[in-house]
Amino acid sequence: MNNPLVAIVEPGFFVNGPVHVALAIGGGAALISAVVGVFTVMRGQSFAGHALADVSSAGGSASLLFGIRPLVGFLVMAAIAAGGMEIIGARQVRERDLVTGVVLGAGLGLTALFLYLDATMTSASGAANTVMFGSMFAIAPSTVPLAVIVGVVALIMSGILYRPLLLVAIDPDLAAIRGVKVRWIGLAHLLVLAMAVALSAMTIGAILSTALLIGPAAAALRLASRPSWAIAIAATIGLTATWGGILLAYDSFYWTPGHGWPVSFFVVVIVFASYMVAGPTGTALARRRAAALPAPALVD
Amino acid sequence: MFSSFMVNTWIVASIVAATAGLVGFFVVVRGASFAAHALPLSTFPGAAAAALIGTNEIFGLVVFAGLGVIGIDVLSRRGRPEVATALTLVMLLGLGTLFLSQTREYSQEVYSLLFGQVLGISAADVGPITVVSALAAGGVLLLFRPLLLGSVSQDLAQAHGAVPRQVDLEFLVILAMASAVAVPVVGALLVFSLLVGPAAAARNLTDRPGVAMVLSMAISLITVWVAIALSYVTNWPVGFFVGGFGVVSYGVGHRARVLITLPHSARTLLQSRQ
Repeated sequence: MNNPLVAIVEPGFFVNGPVHVALAIGGGAALISAVVGVFTVMRGQSFAGHALADVSSAGGSASLLFGIRPLVGFLVMAAIAAGGMEIIGARQVRERDLVTGVVLGAGLGLTALFLYLDATMTSASGAANTVMFGSMFAIAPSTVPLAVIVGVVALIMSGILYRPLLLVAIDPDLAAIRGVKVRWIGLAHLLVLAMAVALSAMTIGAILSTALLIGPAAAALRLASRPSWAIAIAATIGLTATWGGILLAYDSFYWTPGHGWPVSFFVVVIVFASYMVAGPTGTALARRRAAALPAPALVD
Repeated sequence: MFSSFMVNTWIVASIVAATAGLVGFFVVVRGASFAAHALPLSTFPGAAAAALIGTNEIFGLVVFAGLGVIGIDVLSRRGRPEVATALTLVMLLGLGTLFLSQTREYSQEVYSLLFGQVLGISAADVGPITVVSALAAGGVLLLFRPLLLGSVSQDLAQAHGAVPRQVDLEFLVILAMASAVAVPVVGALLVFSLLVGPAAAARNLTDRPGVAMVLSMAISLITVWVAIALSYVTNWPVGFFVGGFGVVSYGVGHRARVLITLPHSARTLLQSRQ
């Protein structure tokens, strides 16, 4: 037992089936959430992102009732919510928040009903816990191909959307003048967002998927001034948080015998810590960048 | 439905609904929907923590609502407010999952805390809930002018000597109190519907703030009463009915607004043609 790695990685980590599935789907979810998250934070749509994730829980809980794959459930409901928000969609930020809120309330009401029916009509006990807070180690291996397809489609769409979405995020009016269909780009963004939150909801849970969507992106935007760098940094933070969280949760079975600590908890803590560290680091970086530039002429 | 064990539920639900309607009016005019969603949800781990260490549930809820306010306030000093809200929310919920994982008998509780439970109110809860609700309502009445001014124009509010940051913080505290007491009745996820739905409808029906506040309280009360009655009859969760009613009242309010303003705008259109 002199190997220091054993102290960090408890035995069996790399040969465990559920761990493999968790690493794959969790990693994919983190990657896509980070990419989409950067645009979401830049456009000031954190609330919309969170609302989509929450509403997707209605799909997750309905899937248990109808016996379809949870990922399909999460995905369909998130897409419906994205469409709903865009249709009612209002231009003013304040009105937009209100519409988001009303859609969110309706979705959560449905979740409440489906979870109640889950508990009474099927033998799915603890469904509320699974849907809301995730079940990283209980994902069916058969979900992996579908998750990969969703992930690849989301990444390709983000690639296509990269330039127009960036323009819309920075200045919607300018984008409209330059011939960008702002409304369609907005809807496409919400759809990619729906795919990202559906994948995250599978792993760390519907109401916690916001952590992977907003946290890494917000931290990265404090560090990088270029969007492409921000995306790269966000992806790194997201992957670190998810894989680190899975590792720590696996280890925690050995800390408190009998019941491990939830993956979601560790993921959130790592994401939160990186956001907190990114603040001062970003300020220091900006100062160094400013110092490297030639001093501006003093005006007054 | 009106038997003795339901009396506490009716009393508490009415207090909670009136407070939510009152505070909700400012949620809507100030555009604070995300905070109104995040604060109730952040209180949820408080109940889990209270169950773990065996203290009063309301106490745990209020403490975590306080943590939510501190988190949002401190983080939004250095970053975007909505990012601050999102991160505070997930951090507290993350703690919640940790607390839940340490107990085994809790999974039924999770459901009723998130989505509400009619029968969950004991006689011991009535006192604390009344006091906290009264504090929230008192806060709203005391800060009525700065709260309203800030929502119309920050500059105007500043000219009248209000400090926007301070008013924001005071409003968060009021919102946190209203949220904490509503959680045991309608559930952490759907307190939000009660805060936004009735107030949004009321705002569409009238432009006068005082009337809108009263209207919002009335719609909120009706929503909760009907939701509890339906929940009692069908055994379905209260939250489902509250959420559904939120959408219906928003939709009706929106229609009504069109109907109210339509004759007016038609008349101005005609006048401009002449």
